[in-house]
Amino acid sequence: MTSLYQGLIDGVLTGAVYALMAAGLTLIFGVMDIINIAQGVFVVLAAYLSYVLAAHFGIDLFVGILITMPALFLLGIAVEWTFIRRLPVQNRTTMSILVTYAVAIIVEGVLSVVFGVNYIQLHGWYITRSIHLLGFYLPYIYVFGCAMAVFLMGAIYLLLYQTRFGRSIRASLQNRTAARLVGINVDRVATLTFGIGVAVTAAGGMVFGATTAFNPNSGYDLISRLLAIVILGGLGSMAGAMAAAISMLVIEDVVAAMWSPLWSEVVFFAALVLVLTLRPQGLFGRSFTRAQ
Amino acid sequence: MKGHLRRFLAAGAMAALTGLTLAACGSSGGGKPITIGISLSLSGDFSADGQAFQRGYQLWESYVNSHGGILGRKVKLEILSDASSPTQVDTNYTKLITLNKVDLVFGPFSTLLTVPASKVVNRYGYAFVEGAGGAPAAFANGLHNIFDVSLPVADYMVPFVNWIKSLPASQRPKTAAYPTSNDPFTEPVIEKARSLLQAAGIKTVYDQVFPAEDTDYAPIAQNVASTHADIVVLGSVDVPTVSAFMQAFEQDHFNPKAIVAAAGPDQGAAFVSAVGAANTDGMMVPGGWSGTYDNAESKAMVKMYIAKYGGTPAGVNADVAEAYSVGQVVQQAIDHNQSLSNAKIIKYLHSGVILNTVQGQVQFNSQGENGKAVGFIFQWQGTTGTKFSQVLPKSDPSSVSIVYPKPNWGS
Repeated sequence: MTSLYQGLIDGVLTGAVYALMAAGLTLIFGVMDIINIAQGVFVVLAAYLSYVLAAHFGIDLFVGILITMPALFLLGIAVEWTFIRRLPVQNRTTMSILVTYAVAIIVEGVLSVVFGVNYIQLHGWYITRSIHLLGFYLPYIYVFGCAMAVFLMGAIYLLLYQTRFGRSIRASLQNRTAARLVGINVDRVATLTFGIGVAVTAAGGMVFGATTAFNPNSGYDLISRLLAIVILGGLGSMAGAMAAAISMLVIEDVVAAMWSPLWSEVVFFAALVLVLTLRPQGLFGRSFTRAQ
Repeated sequence: MKGHLRRFLAAGAMAALTGLTLAACGSSGGGKPITIGISLSLSGDFSADGQAFQRGYQLWESYVNSHGGILGRKVKLEILSDASSPTQVDTNYTKLITLNKVDLVFGPFSTLLTVPASKVVNRYGYAFVEGAGGAPAAFANGLHNIFDVSLPVADYMVPFVNWIKSLPASQRPKTAAYPTSNDPFTEPVIEKARSLLQAAGIKTVYDQVFPAEDTDYAPIAQNVASTHADIVVLGSVDVPTVSAFMQAFEQDHFNPKAIVAAAGPDQGAAFVSAVGAANTDGMMVPGGWSGTYDNAESKAMVKMYIAKYGGTPAGVNADVAEAYSVGQVVQQAIDHNQSLSNAKIIKYLHSGVILNTVQGQVQFNSQGENGKAVGFIFQWQGTTGTKFSQVLPKSDPSSVSIVYPKPNWGS
């Protein structure tokens, strides 16, 4: 029974961090119909930026996010402006897979040249220490990471539902043509959304780098998990990303604890297939096709 | 008119130059370099090991070329990246042999890639000498052309098991945990260790296989921690795996008496950088070589390595020596045969001859495994991340005292 509870706790704590990494992916798809395959590499890039700030400038990993997030926001805008905006509308989604894959290879190549391929990991006092609560050890890094994920997801929610810009995003998400007709600059919204989608990976990347040794190639293992999360949650849904990430990690961790780690992914993907059979749009996805 | 004359003269000069070049090449056939094709994981999951292997091969190449080459000819490596993909490795060796028409081929990194590559290479009758495909799966196809210069992996943990068995009852661990990734390299290692330790009365409290490509090892490590096993025998394939387990153990205040990992701690500076120097103290790893290995050829290679790449002997990745040994074995076979014939190389390596490498002596059995390889256990000692010592077998004069029980994390 202890293993079950431990699996549940681990799943929620780590799931929130994965939700943060997947949030940008789902936001970008929701607004732009872009499947950003480079999201995994952006997570790794964020981890490297945190590493540089901590190792060379002595900046705490959490404080460093205040720098890495704007940096990735600018990178996202640059990528959107340079590559994404030029994609033809008629096969935008398909082409985005190829283009963002190319972006991923470029970023990976640059990281390999700059940092080499040896694994590194972020260090900080909260990474190896934990809180002992009711017989369970809760690592500070996961607790802080979870709190940060909830805060940032809440901030994105407020941005989407409580601001004029958020209304523009949601309007673009529902009907791009109608949004354009009511005076929304859809291209500008798309650019900023891509920037925000990449920026939120800064926080997830830092926690990823603090809990996993990484090198420039580490993004590829990650992207398959992030895609599974946004598909289960429903493409474009922030709440769905959170629910799906926590579901994924809870299922995997509980199965690993109670049965076998080898079956953990199998059970999750079986659950994913089942959900998609019953709800093809995912847990929180829209059931309509967006009008262009 | 002037333009035509200039073009005519230029064409004449080019023709003359080309003729002279061709004549020069033709008159000195021995000057043509020996080409060696290699597929390496320069990106993807095995990129850290793949690039260390590349350094080992290139170090051997520059040593050979600075000492007159082989059969009086320079050596030229043709390295293709397989991105750690078993499919791409097939394609690469096919291309190297059929299109590039290389004279020889050397092995890739890992058993996972060696198995498919060996079948392709065998198809063309090439000798396939490799340094990182020592798992039983690499020899299960009964191919006659495969030779692994390193320690057969199934025996990796034997010195550790023998040492555990030799401990007095008061110090001997009572329980052991065996988490392992589902990789052809790790599973035979852990399986043999578990059966031997169980036979010695060490109770198994955790025995689970986890997916090699997992990105979240924390829950598995926490399950291991909850067993409070006395020792952990970890089937890790790389630094991230072992680093994730160490981190989770520390978070859970789990301090086993001994941790031995199949791979990861042997990656020198890369391991220290990932886990932090303070946490390396007491971590053990099996292998056939370390940068501090007391062998003249090894010392010379380590000196060359440090001169080229910097660092310390303890920081040299064992992959470098495995790759370098491949070159040494093939060179000795060619020197003996005075021929580049792959058939003659295969025949010679199967003759029972004893060869010397930076990893020690090599003698291949009928399967192509190195029967002369000696297994050691190495241990990181101290908290500076610079002392990587051979500790087992105790009977070996180069072994130093083992740190046991392992100090608490970060102490």
